[in-house]
Amino acid sequence: MHGLINRAIQCFVRDTYSNEVWLDVTRFAGLDFTGFEAMLTYEAEVTDLVIAAIGSILSKSREEVLEDVGTYLVSHPNVEALRRLLRFGGVDFVDFLHSLDELPDRARLAVDDLDLPGMALREHSHERFSLTCIDGPPGFGHAMMGILRAMADDYGALVYLEHSGGGAGREVIEITLIESEFAEGREFDLGARAG
Amino acid sequence: MPLDDFMDVLCPMHVRLDSTGRIVHAGPTLQKLRADEPLVGRRFLEVIELLRPRRASSMGELLTMKGVKMHFQMRGTPRTALKGVMVPQGRGAIINLSFGIGVIEAVRDYVLTSADFAATDLTVEMLYLVEAKSAAMEASRKLNLRLQGAKIAAEEQAFTDTLTGLKNRRAMDHVLTRMLEAGQEFALMHLDLDFFKAVNDTLGHAAGDHVLQRVARVMVEETRDEDTVARVGGDEFVLIFHKQTDRSKLEEIARRIISRLEKPIPFEGQVCRISASIGTSLSLDDERPTAESLVNDADVALYASKRAGRACHTFYTPDLRDAQQATTPPERAAAC
Repeated sequence: MHGLINRAIQCFVRDTYSNEVWLDVTRFAGLDFTGFEAMLTYEAEVTDLVIAAIGSILSKSREEVLEDVGTYLVSHPNVEALRRLLRFGGVDFVDFLHSLDELPDRARLAVDDLDLPGMALREHSHERFSLTCIDGPPGFGHAMMGILRAMADDYGALVYLEHSGGGAGREVIEITLIESEFAEGREFDLGARAG
Repeated sequence: MPLDDFMDVLCPMHVRLDSTGRIVHAGPTLQKLRADEPLVGRRFLEVIELLRPRRASSMGELLTMKGVKMHFQMRGTPRTALKGVMVPQGRGAIINLSFGIGVIEAVRDYVLTSADFAATDLTVEMLYLVEAKSAAMEASRKLNLRLQGAKIAAEEQAFTDTLTGLKNRRAMDHVLTRMLEAGQEFALMHLDLDFFKAVNDTLGHAAGDHVLQRVARVMVEETRDEDTVARVGGDEFVLIFHKQTDRSKLEEIARRIISRLEKPIPFEGQVCRISASIGTSLSLDDERPTAESLVNDADVALYASKRAGRACHTFYTPDLRDAQQATTPPERAAAC
């Protein structure tokens, strides 16, 4: 798994809980190092061990951990740069949803060895969408749920999300847009730069 | 749908001119660049200056540049650079403009949003890419800094001089402390190359490095395995002879080292010539020797050798110190 993803999970634990909790996680997972490097690549098992360790220490299911990581990635000030990169995808939440198909390509443009799972959005009506995550690591859909929930918040949209399972390397998220301009949303200034 | 409405969607930074060069219509994004002053009705070349392919001061001159890439600059502030292309339209013209490479500053200066660019315009993708690459670069930079820090830490902990493979000053300190603690007898030779700076200055650092490696080899060959040879400065070395305090033996070793170092060293068709001065202190000469005092004594003896005309070896005696204090300290071998 790419170091950026592992590093994101590490930052999630450190920023949401504490560095002590993160060190507990590394011990629990049996890692022989205490931090991931964002620009290196790690075996996929390492990521699984870390997620399992977080779940055990925080008494949360794997799905809950992954959704929390997704929410953190968009909403925490320490990862503002990522929120901004996602906001470049669209001017409103629906526009953003339509940009998800190209998310893996966008990620590759930034970091050419970062492989994100494929994503396919279907629009069933103006309010109902489904997002299929293809060939992602198990539970990726839950992380995506967290990201979508936080992005909806960021755009000021009110949405209802449901993970409707999947199978054979597929996870499907049902998205219902209840109101696109429910709240003010957070500002996005094209020319500003995340510090 | 009137032409201007089409154009506002397709090219929100276009401007339509009449036959006299006055602005008849300006796209909404272009108007945003001078939000306080309506562009319509003003002479185009008074608002925006044409720099290349050649300057123009009239509509007639402007019309000669049909279809070629033009470089403009906004008059007033900010003096935003613009790229453009002109096509004649009726007796007037339409000029479509864009920011070119200065787009990042422009987006900041004019607080532009996605809606200010045509849906097909790649500006937003470009801004995305700039930020994404900066973030990735930052991550790489942090990794490099950490690796650099780890490298420095590793080097600080190392006992080896990377150029010559000899021990370094840290290792020498370590060996000296250990031997003094164990109460062992030993001799400490401080060797300083003569004329080394001249080699570096005239033949370059590669030649200098070659000479240092050759010097290191000679010293290793002239000492026993249990002795310690350390490079403690650019062209300074310390040799520690374990349980060897026989003056005549040490004198012989020092002479042999000097004479071997004086042999010309070929390097890439040139010849490097150096020599060496040596000062030696003996641990048993001192009642309570410390690493510092022994190194210092050897240093005093070394400068006695330098004063004696270089290529010499001198044993430390207390009167050398008196002699050194009596005379002006020799220039610290800047030329050697």
